[in-house]
Amino acid sequence: MEAIRVENLTKRYPHTLAVDGISFTLAPGEILGLLGGNGAGKTTTIAMLLGLLVPTSGRITVLGRDMARDRFSALARMNFSSPYIALPARLTVRENLVVYGHLYNVPNLKRRIAALAEQFNLGTLLNRPAGELSAGQKTRVALAKSLINTPELLLLDEPTASLDPDTGDYVRTVLEEYRRTQRAAILLASHNMGEVERLCDNVLMLKTGRIVDRGPPEDLISRYGRENMEQVFLHIARSEAL
Amino acid sequence: MIRRIWGMLYRHAAMYRRSWPRLAEIAYWPTLNMLIWGFTSTYIATAHGAPRAVVAGGFIGGVLLWEIMLRGQLGVTIGFLEEIWSRNLGHLFVSPLRPGELLGALVIVSAVRTLVGLLPATIIAYLLYSYNILALGPVVLLFFINLLVMGWWVALGIVSLLFRYGAGAEALAWTIAFGVTPLACVYYPLTALPVWLQPVAQALPAAHIFEGLRAALLTHAMDWRQFTLATGLNVVWAIAAILVFAGEFRRARVRGALLAIGE
Repeated sequence: MEAIRVENLTKRYPHTLAVDGISFTLAPGEILGLLGGNGAGKTTTIAMLLGLLVPTSGRITVLGRDMARDRFSALARMNFSSPYIALPARLTVRENLVVYGHLYNVPNLKRRIAALAEQFNLGTLLNRPAGELSAGQKTRVALAKSLINTPELLLLDEPTASLDPDTGDYVRTVLEEYRRTQRAAILLASHNMGEVERLCDNVLMLKTGRIVDRGPPEDLISRYGRENMEQVFLHIARSEAL
Repeated sequence: MIRRIWGMLYRHAAMYRRSWPRLAEIAYWPTLNMLIWGFTSTYIATAHGAPRAVVAGGFIGGVLLWEIMLRGQLGVTIGFLEEIWSRNLGHLFVSPLRPGELLGALVIVSAVRTLVGLLPATIIAYLLYSYNILALGPVVLLFFINLLVMGWWVALGIVSLLFRYGAGAEALAWTIAFGVTPLACVYYPLTALPVWLQPVAQALPAAHIFEGLRAALLTHAMDWRQFTLATGLNVVWAIAAILVFAGEFRRARVRGALLAIGE
């Protein structure tokens, strides 16, 4: 069973075609990169996968559940992190994790929070209000929140956007380890092409709502005759033909 | 379900525990209103020789009961706005928390806020103006529940507007219920309104509740007809508000408004 199966997914707004008939699958244990410039349809696609947005047409199946009919069963087994969504600033890190632990019905919550605190080096931050943390610390807390329910599917939007190189590398290592130990599927939207090359098994290149190319990063690099994913990205983004 | 609602209750308890301005706000307006209307009723009773118990009952009882509706409404809408202000709605709506569970938690928070917020005003009414609202007996509980329910369906309507218009509609959370006050007939009988406005007031449960309160003060008997009308109207309005909420939530998911509700 795939973690995600998307078939002919379309989202049309009154004046815009945000996503135009895309189809793809994500297997358990796979990391799939969702790449594209601003307005390419990445956020819209992720929002539809999370049930925040109703597609105009097409079908989304997440962990075997039809998102149009049974999204809450799927949502309990997946999670999401984005630096553009915050956690309540007045609550401490521990309180935030307790709230989400209850929402996701996490067993042995105290033990789970202790494990995440160790994994993300949050020990000294647990009793500090989330609003007092630095941008990098907030990102680490958001990632800890996204793993609170040990999700089978993780959707990440720019997971290392505001992190220094050292912490960013640390987070990537955690994600690799999580994928390996839990056989979790990860959908990653990122503008960091080095990160994409390191983490992703496959990537989808989105442009104006359509998938214009797809494949493993090394295949795309060789197919376009470039040296890295950054150059592939720029080539696709600037190409009129695609 | 219970654990998810508990999670949201924990979230609000943790927030209030750390924020004295939020705690103070709960009791500030009911207390201030009580002082203003308490002194006003004392003045009217003294200057015009009116029976003190009836004047105090009409004004002070009115203030206390109307604050139940206002606090009930604000409890739900502020609870929802807290999630917008903290940019947390995105996390909540992609969790297994159902919209009904979110509302269930907000309703419980609202009930607790209302009880806590009215406690100082109730004590002041007793100590300064010798008015004990509990002397009305179990009838108070019926009034309390009806007004709280009215506050909740008004709040549901406001949350629906937030889904439709985003945080730009935030001002409605503070103003809509106050705008209903003239039609609620809190301090005067229904007949004091112009004839053409009376049917509008009669469509609201509040007008019947306060007619019932005045009847209880004057005759020391419960007006069950007014109570039944108030309860029936509350049921009708609550069902309408739930349908509007469900429709606006669905439309927000179609329009993508949940992604930009804080803007």
